[in-house]
Formats: sequence, C-alpha cells, structure tokens
Amino acid sequence: MLEYDFMRNAFVAAGVAAVVSGLVGYFLVLRGQTFAGHALGHIGFAGATGAVLIGVAPVWGLVGFTVAAGIAMGMMGERISGRDVAIGIVLSLALGFGLLFLHYYTAFATQATALLFGNVLAVDRSMIATLIGLGVITLGGLAAIMRPLIFASLQPELAEAKGVPLRFVSTAFLAIVALAVSESAQIVGTLMVFSLMVGPPATAQRLATGLWSGLALSAGLAMAEAWLGIAIAYYTDWPVSFCIALLSALGYFVTCGSWLSHRSPFRAGGATEEKPRPLSP
Amino acid sequence: MNVSETNVIELDRATIRISGRSILADTSFAIRRGEFIGVLGPNGAGKTTLMRAILGLIPPSAGSLRVFGNTPQRGDPAIGYVPQVRTVLPDLRVRGFDFIASSLHGERWGMPSLARADRKMIDATLVSVGARDLAERPLSEMSGGERQRLLLAQALLGEPRLLLLDEPLIGLDYRYQEAVIELVRRFARDRNITVLFSAHELNQLIGVLDRVLYLGNGHAALGTVAEVVTAPVLSQLYGADINVVHADGHIFVLSRGRDVERADHLHDEGHDHEHHHA
Repeated sequence: MLEYDFMRNAFVAAGVAAVVSGLVGYFLVLRGQTFAGHALGHIGFAGATGAVLIGVAPVWGLVGFTVAAGIAMGMMGERISGRDVAIGIVLSLALGFGLLFLHYYTAFATQATALLFGNVLAVDRSMIATLIGLGVITLGGLAAIMRPLIFASLQPELAEAKGVPLRFVSTAFLAIVALAVSESAQIVGTLMVFSLMVGPPATAQRLATGLWSGLALSAGLAMAEAWLGIAIAYYTDWPVSFCIALLSALGYFVTCGSWLSHRSPFRAGGATEEKPRPLSP
Repeated sequence: MNVSETNVIELDRATIRISGRSILADTSFAIRRGEFIGVLGPNGAGKTTLMRAILGLIPPSAGSLRVFGNTPQRGDPAIGYVPQVRTVLPDLRVRGFDFIASSLHGERWGMPSLARADRKMIDATLVSVGARDLAERPLSEMSGGERQRLLLAQALLGEPRLLLLDEPLIGLDYRYQEAVIELVRRFARDRNITVLFSAHELNQLIGVLDRVLYLGNGHAALGTVAEVVTAPVLSQLYGADINVVHADGHIFVLSRGRDVERADHLHDEGHDHEHHHA
C-alpha cells in the first residue's frame, strides 16, 4: 500500500498528529480536562467552516478559533472541568455556528464530512508541512511549561504556595491543547479528536505509572493506533477514522478490563477513603 | 544571639484579612526556633489563612509579619508545607516517586529533570519516613494514611527549617494519626525544625507540643496548654461560654456541655471546610 503517494502522505501526517496528540493528551487526561479538549474540537468546527466561508484554508480557522477559545477557557478559571455546563452550552453553540456557516456555503457538504470525521487520505504535501510546523510549536510550548504544568496538575494547592502561576499555566496549556486538537482534527476530524487525544493517553496511564514511561507509551500507542487504523482501512475500505476510533476504544477497554480483574475490591476501598475535594471557587 | 534570630515567625500588631473578614486583628506573637506549635481553634478561625500568610500568599493588611526575620516570600524553600485541601484526582495512576518529585523545583520553567543528587535526596527522605515502598506504587492504590506519609516526605524534602502542616490528621484512622504525630515530632526534634501543626483535637498533641496557638474571633492566644486552654481565654476566643474539663490526663473543651472540638470534627467530616482559601 506504500506505493501510493496518498498513502505515504497519510502515514506521515497521521504519525505527526498522533505523536503530538499522544503527548499533549497525556496531560489533558492527567488534569481531568478531557471535556475541555472535546469542546475545543467542536469550536474548531465552527472556526473551520467560518474560514472556508470567507475564503481561508479551514486549518487556519480551526487553529484561530480553538486557540482563542482555549485561552478564554483558561482565563475563566483554574479547574475548567468544574464548569461542564458552561462548556457544554458553548460546545453546542459552536456546532450550531458551524451549521450556520455551512448553510451559507452550500457547495460544501463533502468538506463538512471531512471536517467532522477527518479525511487523512486527502492530505497533501503542503498540509504535512503545516502539520509539522504546528507540531513543533505545540511541543515546544509544552516543553517550556512542562515542569510547572506537572506540579500544578498533581498538586495545585502546593504549586500555588511554591509560586507557580496557576492561571497562566492553565491558560497556556489550553492554548497548547487547542493546537493539538487542530492537528488531530486533520486526521480523525473535529468530532473524533478523542480517539487520538484521550484514548491512547488514558490507556498509557493504566499501563505505566511513571511520568516519562507514560508519556512515551502514550505517544507510541497513538502512533500505532493511527497507522494500524490506516492499514486496516486500506484493506477493508472502512473509513480511517472509524478504524482509529475502534483501536483507541479497544486499547482502553482491554487495559481497563485486565486492570479491574486483578484488583481486589477490598483494596480499592482504601484509595477512596480520601475523597477528592473541589477547589474553592 | 538577638531576638530576631531565635524567632522564626513574628507578628507585630498584624491584621490579616480574607474576603473582607479579619482573621487576625492587631495581633502580636512570636514563635521561636525549634518549637512544636499546635494550632487550634474553631472552624473558620483562620488556621489555614495564617499558614497561607506565613507562606507569603496573603500579605497582612496592617502591621508586620516576619518569617526568618524577613517579609515572607512565595516559594521559600526553607518552608515545608502540607496543604489541608489536597486535590487528588480519584484515578491518578502516577507512582509515588514521580508525584513528590514534581514538587522539587516545580516552579521552574522547562522540562522536568532530576539530578542524581535530587533522586538520592528523595530516596533518602522516603526511607526516613518509612515510605520507601510507596515510591513505585500508583497514588490511586494508596490509602489515606499512605498518601499522608508521602506528602509528609514531600514537605521534608530539601531540609526545611519550618514545617506548616495543615490538618494532617484529617481522614486518617487513629493508628495512622499517632504515627504521623510521632514521625513529625522525631523529625523536627532531630533537625531543630519549627513546626506549626493544626488539628481539631488537642489531646493527641499534648504529649508533643511545646506551646499551643489558639485562634478565634480575630484573636490569637499563644502559650503553654496550662496558660491558654483555660475557660476565660477560650471563652473569649470562641465568643461563647467555654468550660475546660480535665479528666484522666485529657482535656475537654466544652460549650454548654457539648465537646466543641469533637463537634467541629464531626461537622468537618460531613461538609466542606469553611476556611477554604480564597
């Protein structure tokens, strides 16, 4: 299958996006902010359709809207997961706007499907260059804030006392997530960013308890699932995004199952003794 | 040696306000090096706020607060801190070592990296609190007592000279509570570390504390148990008629026949804490 140019492009693009998604997604899962990542995908859909309407490449609408939304979410407060209702409402509003933009650009139906569900087989050389450029910026940003990000994610109260600017770290991180969502959306679509950004990191956190081993495993799993998904799609003619989503779900539930089965319910009691307390408003 | 060298914490006519309410009004006291101070008082009296002020997170609105003779600076490595509110994500599968290693230079930008000396120090500290076995275990599989031990080890990293422990006994069973108190006492005494240990129950701490700091109603009383835990002093702090009953080597603080500390504690288990930070 590698004799075809579009297949080689698909593997390169999926590989780049998967590594970025796996690494950024690891922190998204660690911080319990997966819903925010999901919302950013939906907001990106409105951005992409809006960009097409005014004659700009969809990827830049995606990047612009998601980064702006990520920064806005970050400035709203430290624990965005506590604002599920607000995010949910903004999320459906964003999808609604996407629909409105589509309504005014009627010749756009096939590209709408591509935006929502991805179309990695249509990726060209210039898109690969864009993905690599965005990927370098995303991972550069992540590397710059990684140490305080880990501290603030694991122990926000202590991190604040030690001088970590929580609000800034959180905002910068959501902007980085927005870039990763834009990458991931090029492969699996805005609706299915979870399959690269949440599935592999969540699986990795089940399997590895070290930070570095978890990060490496997360990126590796994302890449393996993306590539294997494309290969399965090639031989079965199923949509690529479906195959990737299927592998992502399989990976997660298989590790969940094996982990639960050898874990005594009595030992689990000890861990729940100390309930997580919400941060003060 | 002059006074400012032996005093680790000095409040001089300090007023500390949080969301418009005075936690301490025009209060002066000094805590000397190496003292083990039990910090007590009703819920909402400002135990957490006082610690956050000492950490440099809340500047006094009047008067002065000095720590090691200086205005407190956020991120002072000489202070070890175990916060009361400990957000632990329920499904956190990060191993103990990485969890506490995240606090080491955690405020610096860039990628996390640990020097060999840092790793050795973390290992040594874990061994010294008997938590070596927690290094490889994921947090989600630890009991409340094991997590507390890990957090204590973390607070002791880097040889702090002052330990602020905010309600470290909450959520622990009696056996673990005794172990935590003994651990802190031994560590602090060996290294001449000053300790502020806030708690709901005075009795458990009586054997280890040098002096007690009672907070309430915007005031503070610092002194030995015999000086502070008396009906007149506590009645003023609680703003209610308080009786202090000595029985069987224990001290009970009663308000109209009810055990105040115990009532506070029960209240605490059921609800969220009042003295949350802003």
